[in-house]
Amino acid sequence: MLRKTRNTLAVLATSAAALTAAGAATAQEQVTIEYWQYFFEARVTAMDQLIENFEAANPNINVEMTHFPYADYRTRTAVAVPSGEGPDVVQLFYGWLNDYIDAGLIQPLPTDTFSPEMVEAEFFPMVQAMERDGQYFALPTAVRSLALFYNERLLEAAGVDVPTTLEELVAAAAATTERDGAGNITQVGFTTGMTAQDHHWFREVLIRQMGGEPYTDGYRNVNYDTEAGRAALDFYLGLEEQGVTQSGFMDEPQAAFRSGRAAFHIDGSFRIGALEGERGLRWGVTELPANEEGVRSNYSSYWVNAITSSAEGPEYDASVLFMEYITSPEAMEIWLETVGELPARSAVGMTDENANDPVFGPFIRGLEYAHTTIFADESAQRQVLVDMVERVQLQDMDPGESLTIAAEAEQAILDDFHGE
Amino acid sequence: MARNPSSDAPNSATATAEPAPAFGGLTITQKRTIWAWAFLAIPVLFYVVIRFYPTANAMVLSFQEWNLLGERTWAGLDNYQVLFSDPVFWQVFRNTFMYLLLGTPISLVLAFIVAYHLDQVRFMHGTIRALYFVPFMTSAVAMAWVWRWFYQDVPIGLFNNALATIGIPQIDFLDSTTNALPSILAPAIWAGLGFQIIIFMAGLRAIPRSFYEAAKIDGVSTWTVLWEITLPLLRPTIVFVVVLSSIGFLRIFDHVFNMTTANPGGPLNATKPLVLMIYQTAFDSFDMGYAAAQTVVLFVILLVVSLIQLRLLKDR
Repeated sequence: MLRKTRNTLAVLATSAAALTAAGAATAQEQVTIEYWQYFFEARVTAMDQLIENFEAANPNINVEMTHFPYADYRTRTAVAVPSGEGPDVVQLFYGWLNDYIDAGLIQPLPTDTFSPEMVEAEFFPMVQAMERDGQYFALPTAVRSLALFYNERLLEAAGVDVPTTLEELVAAAAATTERDGAGNITQVGFTTGMTAQDHHWFREVLIRQMGGEPYTDGYRNVNYDTEAGRAALDFYLGLEEQGVTQSGFMDEPQAAFRSGRAAFHIDGSFRIGALEGERGLRWGVTELPANEEGVRSNYSSYWVNAITSSAEGPEYDASVLFMEYITSPEAMEIWLETVGELPARSAVGMTDENANDPVFGPFIRGLEYAHTTIFADESAQRQVLVDMVERVQLQDMDPGESLTIAAEAEQAILDDFHGE
Repeated sequence: MARNPSSDAPNSATATAEPAPAFGGLTITQKRTIWAWAFLAIPVLFYVVIRFYPTANAMVLSFQEWNLLGERTWAGLDNYQVLFSDPVFWQVFRNTFMYLLLGTPISLVLAFIVAYHLDQVRFMHGTIRALYFVPFMTSAVAMAWVWRWFYQDVPIGLFNNALATIGIPQIDFLDSTTNALPSILAPAIWAGLGFQIIIFMAGLRAIPRSFYEAAKIDGVSTWTVLWEITLPLLRPTIVFVVVLSSIGFLRIFDHVFNMTTANPGGPLNATKPLVLMIYQTAFDSFDMGYAAAQTVVLFVILLVVSLIQLRLLKDR
């Protein structure tokens, strides 16, 4: 019901926008532009809806969407764009942007439509990573952040409240952990796994909450081989030592939570859709726990839309119009409803309705204090932290030593990328 | 095919001044050669375009830097220098040879034992043989995920649940730097067994019955028959199976990747084979030149191992 009304409003708003934009659309003849994204059902459905609205408002522009499996996506775009066969507007992971700018595969957004002042005033601050030399190269429709999922049944059974601090989280997790007669964990209080979202939690949340800053110099220097980094690692490893978690429990953290065998689980807003369809699972979500002083932090990531270098002339003009629409407040509302990803404009995200939404609220409130790690190679940088924990857990290495090795390894990746 | 009369003329001097067409003036051997090359052209073209060109391209790429997006730039021997000074590469190199040195002999002996006995079984022979062959036909991905589930901890893992019910402590199968590689190798051996059994059985069937009959008349023991007749005559089959399974184990990828997707090749690179390292370098880090250098190293290893095996096991 609500969705229907919103969509109707959306179409009306687009049509109104089209009337004002009619003068701007210089080409009277039919223009076809191509849009690429990776395949995720909800994203494709949402984009179909956006394209339909956009085409209704711009009858002379035709948008064709192509999507690929995620595994092939980067390779395909990388091969197609340079050969001129690729899309006019492309969706990219924010971490890939530097590579695309350096290779000249995407063009800057026109400053009259996307002025840096406007973007800085209206979008959440992490979007500023998309700016270079006073011009924005890409903008997201939606962003993602982390929050703490909890299993309502398990909390009720153990008689614990939803935790708001790290200390409360550990206590609540201890109360909900269950073991069999031989001492094997059969239900974890809290899921852990650096291979899932924990590496983000460690870098951008725990280290900052322990008083540190994970990187300096615009994410070019690793800065966690410090007291704060050590405190964060000790806290993280301590969870398993205190018996409230077991890394690798039920193979994957999200699997343990989905099957109802975990009380708490940290994950991104993109997990909402998967959990909503889970029968018999009663879950809630809250902001990531604060430290004792009440300091909170969060990690945010996003996919951006950019105009490729193959868009020229009428295609370029049409692409700008399309970019304008898919980064508009209206598109963000549709995206939130369909995909469950959070609006990238603060005014859209921080409406009372959204910020107090029981499901989206914790994620949206988290955006205000979220940081976006600028990765050189996300999987390699994640691997560094996976190995850091495993050296301690599987080879009994001293945590401090393992932390130092990790910091050096990650610095080497960053230096290599930045050509130092 | 119209023949040119001038080519058949015994004394071409008396023939017309018109020069003979090029093809007509050739000898039969030359014509044969041309026709042979005409027919060979298609496979040659195929090999050049599909095999040799990419191989040569990969070799050139191994001396360059390329992230798929920008220009290729020359890097000289940098990629190889980085590779040989990378401790992960040496770990991966050891792992690759562990897969080979454990996998090939174990699978060979198991396959031979099964084939040798299956050859003598008459009861439901076809069905039993088919049962052994089923794992070979199953998708490696599906199989790897099922085995991954077998290896999980309590409360979901099949093996550990069984151990827990009889009061034995859990075993860390995949989450251990020592157990993980053999745990992944086991289903890989099991999966390839069916194919090797079929080849061995074909080899056994090819040995003439008369040899066995002669041995029987002479009253030779079963062991002597095995050592003196069966194994020597099975030599070509053994060479084939050894070379093929060695190449298979040196190129192991799907089992490892699917059983350790969350932490590919982990824990701590304990299970990572060379092919997985290549895959990660190319398609996670997009360091194509470095990945090409690793590919060239793998190619050289495969070549050397295969040549050594062929030489050692050659029929003298």
